This record gives sequence, structure tokens and C-alpha cells, in this order.
Amino acid sequence: MNIPLLSIMIFLPLICAVMIALVRGEKGDEAVIEKNVKNLALFCSLFVFAFGVFLYQNFDPSISGFQFVEKYQWFGVLPISYHLGVDGISIFFVLLSVFLTPICILASWNSIKTRIKEYMIMFLVLESFMIGTFVALDSIMFYVFFEGVLIPMFLIIGIWGGSRRVYASYKFFLYTLTGSVLMLLALLFLYVEVGTTDITVLMANPIAADMQKWVWLAFFASFAIKMPMWPVHTWLRTAHVEAPTAGSVILAGVLLKMGGYGFLRFSLPMLPDASMYFAPLVMWLSVGAIIYASLIALVQEDMKKLIAYSSVAHMGFVTLGIFSFTTQGIEGAIFQMLSHGIISAAMFLCVGVVYDRLHTREISRYGGIVRNMPIFATMFMIFMLGSVGLPGTSGFVGEFLTLLGAFQVNTVIAALATTGVILGAAYMLVLYRRIFFGPSDNKDAAEMRDLNMLEKGLFIPLAFLVIYLGIFPNVVMDTFSPAVAEITSIYEGIK
Amino acid sequence: MDDLNLMPILPELFLIAIGMAFLMIGVFKGNSSTNTLCWASCIGFVIAAVLLMKSDWSVTYILSDMLVIDSFAGIMKLLILLGLTVSLALSVQYLHQERIARFEYPVLVIFAGVGMMFMVSSNNMLSLYMALELQSLSLYVLAAFHRNSLRSGEAAAKYFILGALSSGMLLFGISLIYGFVGSVDFNTIRETLSSLDSIPPGFTVGMVFVLAALAFKISAVPFHMWTPDVYQGAPTCVTAFFAIVPKVAALGLLMRLLFVPFEAATDQWMQILYFISIGSLVIGAFAAISQDNIKRIFAYSSIGNIGYALIGIVAGTAAGVGSVIVFLLIYIAMTAGAFVIILSMRRNGLAVENVTDLAGFSKNNPVMAYAMAAILFSLSGIPPLAGFFGKLFIFEAAIESELYLLATLGILASVVSAYYYLRIIKIMFFDEAVDAFDNDIALAKRAVLLIVTLFLVVFIFVPNFLLDSAMLAATSLF
Repeated sequence: MNIPLLSIMIFLPLICAVMIALVRGEKGDEAVIEKNVKNLALFCSLFVFAFGVFLYQNFDPSISGFQFVEKYQWFGVLPISYHLGVDGISIFFVLLSVFLTPICILASWNSIKTRIKEYMIMFLVLESFMIGTFVALDSIMFYVFFEGVLIPMFLIIGIWGGSRRVYASYKFFLYTLTGSVLMLLALLFLYVEVGTTDITVLMANPIAADMQKWVWLAFFASFAIKMPMWPVHTWLRTAHVEAPTAGSVILAGVLLKMGGYGFLRFSLPMLPDASMYFAPLVMWLSVGAIIYASLIALVQEDMKKLIAYSSVAHMGFVTLGIFSFTTQGIEGAIFQMLSHGIISAAMFLCVGVVYDRLHTREISRYGGIVRNMPIFATMFMIFMLGSVGLPGTSGFVGEFLTLLGAFQVNTVIAALATTGVILGAAYMLVLYRRIFFGPSDNKDAAEMRDLNMLEKGLFIPLAFLVIYLGIFPNVVMDTFSPAVAEITSIYEGIK
Repeated sequence: MDDLNLMPILPELFLIAIGMAFLMIGVFKGNSSTNTLCWASCIGFVIAAVLLMKSDWSVTYILSDMLVIDSFAGIMKLLILLGLTVSLALSVQYLHQERIARFEYPVLVIFAGVGMMFMVSSNNMLSLYMALELQSLSLYVLAAFHRNSLRSGEAAAKYFILGALSSGMLLFGISLIYGFVGSVDFNTIRETLSSLDSIPPGFTVGMVFVLAALAFKISAVPFHMWTPDVYQGAPTCVTAFFAIVPKVAALGLLMRLLFVPFEAATDQWMQILYFISIGSLVIGAFAAISQDNIKRIFAYSSIGNIGYALIGIVAGTAAGVGSVIVFLLIYIAMTAGAFVIILSMRRNGLAVENVTDLAGFSKNNPVMAYAMAAILFSLSGIPPLAGFFGKLFIFEAAIESELYLLATLGILASVVSAYYYLRIIKIMFFDEAVDAFDNDIALAKRAVLLIVTLFLVVFIFVPNFLLDSAMLAATSLF
């Protein structure tokens, strides 16, 4: 097939962003302009989503390796090429990005009141960069998208964020930047050693074992901060809390996954010896993150903070699975990332729903709202159980497989990680009880309206996916297992 | 005596001619001619650039080997002419607003420009010194151009005294080199040194003096102290000029000096520049954090950027020099764009310079605020903007030369400097709005800002032409 599908998906949002910037109207017609801008952004993101579905339809899961490859000469001096392609792993992250963007735009439909034009432009630029990160097959190009994401996200947090938005946006930007510039040096080093920036070639030609460690650490700095792993997770707490709802959704849903994706795309295939060497460290850090973040989540008074800490814990399962180097572990990690992308996005949307009504995220201000918001309570229940990892939801599959993978490598670590599941159930159920049940001392909380049509429309596809993926995990696992098998085959050789 | 072939320096001769002519016109017509002369000078720079591009860039020595014309000199001169045109175009409105629109301004800019063009072409210590002084003396006067302002006078005095000191060091260094090598001709110095078994210690001392003098000119640490004061005190249009052009010329001169006459002493100068580079990166990044005057911030920013350029030079390869040329082009663009905003910071007809005066700029003038944001993100080296690629090639050259520590320090310094660039963005976008700036921004400034922003955004799509010419120019030094 000759349609440059991936290029279209990257550039369509950018073109629409330019169009939105050019939307003009008579003075006094601000309402009309706003409406046009919103519609344009929504249609654009839905179009991109349709292209994403089309991409998935035409993706052949039986072939391992990259499909829809586009490659053109780009820079002459450094052999950087414009090189795109998807394999079984990246296609799901692309789908996650294009699925969550329209949801974010709809979620901001009524809650964003200022500078709507700029807001929509930021989200479309963000979408373009996210897709680019997952489909780039040239390491410098990957870096351009990976770091380019910082610009729109910084402005989204800083302009439309909460009261401590300036601090949060700085922290987010500088933490991520510190990690990624070190990765840039590693990418340049790989280029000098291997002589190419082509990711497929780099994956096939690991560099000498004694040099891998430094490069691995540089990659680790970037991906661990992005994931985020303990102890560099502190930016996440503030960024999540201060970002507007849609910003948190994208942050938790897609941006965190870039770290895990980076491990799978760069660290594991390109630096197998160093990955083996550092695996125990990563696994211990993961377990530390799972237990530490869960314990902190137990005592949070702020809903967004609680969910932010649960993200850190869930990402701990991801790194645990990836660095077990087993088929189950890695497949579980990818599944966990997808499932977390949906569930945490939905959880942040839920917080957005109550925040829009009561303008506080403090858990103690709510209580007993199951009576006036039954539909919302049901939806929240589904996502909460997914987050806990109840069998039958997508959260279970990921956690179960990563733990299975970890057990094959180190029983102690796996046993400790399992306590995280129990703690997860504890903080989530406590959260649910405190918001939905119990006495309703607060009069405004008891008067909150239930979900409107728009909100129902947002939650239903998400809830459907949580249950569907929980019951039929093979729908997606079959697609990425050839790609995972390629990674594990490297490690079978080493072991 | 070789025949007197002046064709290769036709652009310089043309500029000298119009400089003289404009001086005469100014003397007879008075200050009312300033506007015309400024725009005529801009056109003159463009004509000189066209003449330059039409001329032959193959290696030619003229005037008894005093000057050399090669593609490195050619491309550096193009960069200088670009900087001259842009900075003069930005100045016109400001000169009128500050009531200092005197006809000497364009004339001095032309003579400084001629000096710079000879600097990058010089092939002899003596022509180097003369070109450098022609440039410096014009710059001293420019710094004092706001002659009724105490700050401007102070800035000029500081600049002149320290500049004279550095010129003295330069001359002393040149005399030591002459004493120990026996020549002031670049090629002869190179050949003599490479025929010796070891570098004479006296030569090394002389070289250190020469490098110290040039470090002063490019405001590299530890010879950077004058920069913030002069940048702050000089009229803003002169600051823009200082930030954009002389750096390019002095770096061009430095590169020729290091890779031609001092080639045999590479091991020695590399150590010196290594530490100068680290110092500039660190001071440039950390000292700017606590500044509130936007001109001082950009003074430290320029010190930091010189640090990056020096990384490319320390790499010591054609790739390194090529990356510096690309970096300089992008640096000119970013600095010019940033100074459009700084020059436009006026309330009720008076210039304001505090960075907090930008508060709410994004509400009062969203288009310019977003352009400034693009420039600042580009200065912090965030892709996909051009500033990222400027740094990318420099770090690639450094990694290729196995300068891992320098590259790591440099890239971490870029994170620190991102902090103060972000601070400006934060003030523009996140802070509560204060009164809007005066809205009478000249067309020339708007045009420059538009072109710069487009260049920074679009660079990623069409980099090859620029990169190829830069690399070609770089190889002519080796």
C-alpha cells in the first residue's frame, strides 16, 4: 500500500492547528469563533482517530518487524533520515494517543473557559508529537518528537493549570529535560559507534558490552524520569495535580508510556548486556516504587494526588515486567501500559467531573454522592476495579502477567510486588468509600448533578474497553507477541 | 611583488567607498539624513553580499599574503553582512525614539563591518590586528552613542579600557610569537612550527596572550566581566548589534587562527579552550538566573552560547567547525528575534528593561508573545526548533572527538539555562497582565520577527542547503 498513512497522521493535526490559528471573526463574535475552533479540533482529532483505526485494520499481525515503513533522506551531514514505521508494540501506543485526544478535547469542551484557541492548538500539536514519538524509526527523529512534547505540555500546565501551576510546569519541564538531554548524548554516541541513526539497524547491532553501561544509564535517566520511577517521580505528583483534567489524562495516558516504550525500543534490544547487568537494580527500584507509592497513596487527601501515586505504583509493575526479560513479563508490561493508559485517563476524567461541579479535589469534601450520582458511581466503580486489578478487567491481565514474569526471575521481588496489589485495593476502595458512601455532611456535594450526555459519551467507550480487554486480552496480545518474541530471543541467547 | 589584484575584496572596498560617501553626505546634510543613510546602508550591505556571492571563493592570497579569500571567509562574511543588515534595520526606530538619530551611526556600523570582514579574511598577524582595531574603535564609539546618558558613557568607558588592555595583550602575544617563530604570516608560522621537534615555550606564552585577547572579544569566561555592564548600559539597538555581529567575526578569526597558524600547537590550545568553554557554559547558565534586567539576561545568554560554539572548536575537526558555522547562523536569527521584542518594550514612550515588564505580554500581543516563546524554546534547545539542531551538530562533533565530559557538562548547562529562558516565557504567559506596551512597532521589526520565527520553525524541513555550505566552508580551513 502506498498511502503514507503515518505521515498523514503526524501532519494532519499540525495542519489543523495552523488552520485553527487562522480562524478569525468579527469583533464580538467570540462565541462563534470558539465554537468553530472546538468543532475544527474535534473533527480533526476524530479524523486522525479514523486513520488510526484504518491503520490497525490494515496491520498484519502475523508479520514481525515494521510495517507502513516510509523512509526518505533528510539530513545530508548526519545521516538522519525521515523514517517511520509501526510494529506490533508501537501500533497500540499510536492507537492510545489517537483515541485519547478526541476524549481530551471533548472533556475540555465546557471546562476550559479562557484562550480556547490556543488550548486546542496545543492539544493538536501534542497529538502530532505523540504519534511521531511512537512511529519514528530514526533515533534523532524519535528524540525530536519525544522532547518536542515538552513545549505544548509545559504551556498546557502553566496556562490552564491550578494554583501552583508555575511550580508544577517548571518541575515537569526541567526534570524531563535533564533526563532527555542525557539520552541525546547516548543517541549521538550510538551514532558515532555504529554509524547510523536508523533504529532498526541499531537494534540489530548491539555495541560492545563494556561500553553499553554508560549508554544504558543515559537512556535510563531519560526513561526512568518519564515513566516515572522512584525516586525521580516527584514531578508527576505536582504536574498531575496542577494540570487541567485533559492535561492529566494525556500525561497519565500517553506521556508516561513513552518511558516504557523507550525501554522496549532502545534499552532492551540495543543494550542487552547492560540491561542484564542492571536488571536487579531496576527490579528492586520497581518494587520499591510499588510499595512506597501505594503506601503514600493510602494517606492522600487530594484525589488527583492519590491517582498520581497509583500511577507510579502501576508503572512499577511495568518496569518489573520489562526487566524480567520473560515473554509473560514483557507482554504483561505492554498490556499494563495500555490498560493503565485507559484506566488512569478515565480516573482523571472522573476527578474532572466532580471538580467541575464542586471545584475542589479534597476527598473529605465529598461523601455519600452515590445517592445523587448513581451513573457516575457505576462508571467510577468499573475504573476503580480495573485499577485494583480485579479479574475480568484489563488491569488484572497486566498485573498478573508481570508478576508471573517476575516470579520466574526472582521470587522475593515478585512476592514483595504482590503486596502492591493488596495495597492498591486498599487505597482505591478507601477512596471509593469516602467519595461515594458514608454520610454526606456537605450540602453542595449532595446537590451535584449526575453525568450529562457528553460525560456519559466519554465514559462509555472507556468502560467498554476496560471490560473488553479484560475478557479478551488476546485481541491485542496476539498482535504484539511476535515483536516481544524478538526481544526475548536476544535474552535467551545471553542466559 | 605580486600584481595588485583587488577583485577578491571588492565587497569590502565597496563598503569602504559607501562608508566614506555617507560620511560626507552626513556632514553636509546633517542629522536629517540619518534615516536615508541607515536604509541606504542596509541596501549597501545587501549589495555587498551579492558581490560576495558572485565572487570566486577558491583559495586566493592577495596583498603579499596579508589577506586570504576562501570559502570559510566567504561564508563568515555572509553571516556578518546578514547580522549587520538585520541589526541596522532594527536600530532605525529606536534611534528616533531615543532622540539619538545622528548620521554617524550607520557610518560607524559600516566601518565596524568592514573591520569584521577583514578580520575573518586576515592571513597575517598585522592585518589581523589592524582589522580588529578598526572594528573595536567603531564599537567603542557606538557604545557611547547615547552621549547624554551616564550609563552609556560608563559602558563605553569600561568597554574601551578593557578593550585597550586586551589589544595590548594581543600585541604582546604577537610580538612573542614573532620572536620565537620569526614570522607573522599565518602559513609561515604553521610550517615553521610543524618543522620543529617541540613547540617553543615562548610561543606558547605568546599564544596564551593572543587567546586571552580574543576571549575578551568573544566575551568568554574569564574575560567576560565587561559584557553584562556594556550590554545594559549601551543603547539597546547597539546592544543588539553587539550581541549579533562582533561575536561572529571574532569567532571566525579565532577559528582561522587556531586551525592555520596554531595548528601544530593543537594540544596546547585545546586545553585552554576546554576550560574557557566550561567556564562560559557554567557562568552563562547560572549567572543569568538571578538577573532581572532583560539586557543582562541576554548578555549572560550570549556568554553561554559562546561556550557551545567553543565546544565545536575544541572538537578540532571539520565537522566541529561546520557545526559552529551552523550554530552561529541560528544564533544570529534567535538573537535578532529576541532583540525585536526587547526593543519593542516601551511604555508611554519610554524604554523599560525589567523582565517583569513582560507580564501578560501574551494577552496584550499574542502573536509576538508566541514568536518570542518560539525563540526562547529554541534558545533552550528544545526540538523541533532550529536551536536544537544548532546544538545537536556541536554535540555530535564533540562526541565524535571523544569529548564526553565536555559534552555532558555542556548539555547539563543547557538544562540550567532552560530555566531562565522558561522564566521569561512564564512571565509572558502565566503571570497577571500589566499595562500593554506601546503599539507603534516599526514594520522592519515585525518583518524581522516574522522571518526569524519562520526560520526557526521551518529549519527542520529544509536544513540541507545550509548544512552542506557550512561543511564545505569548514573543510577549506583544513
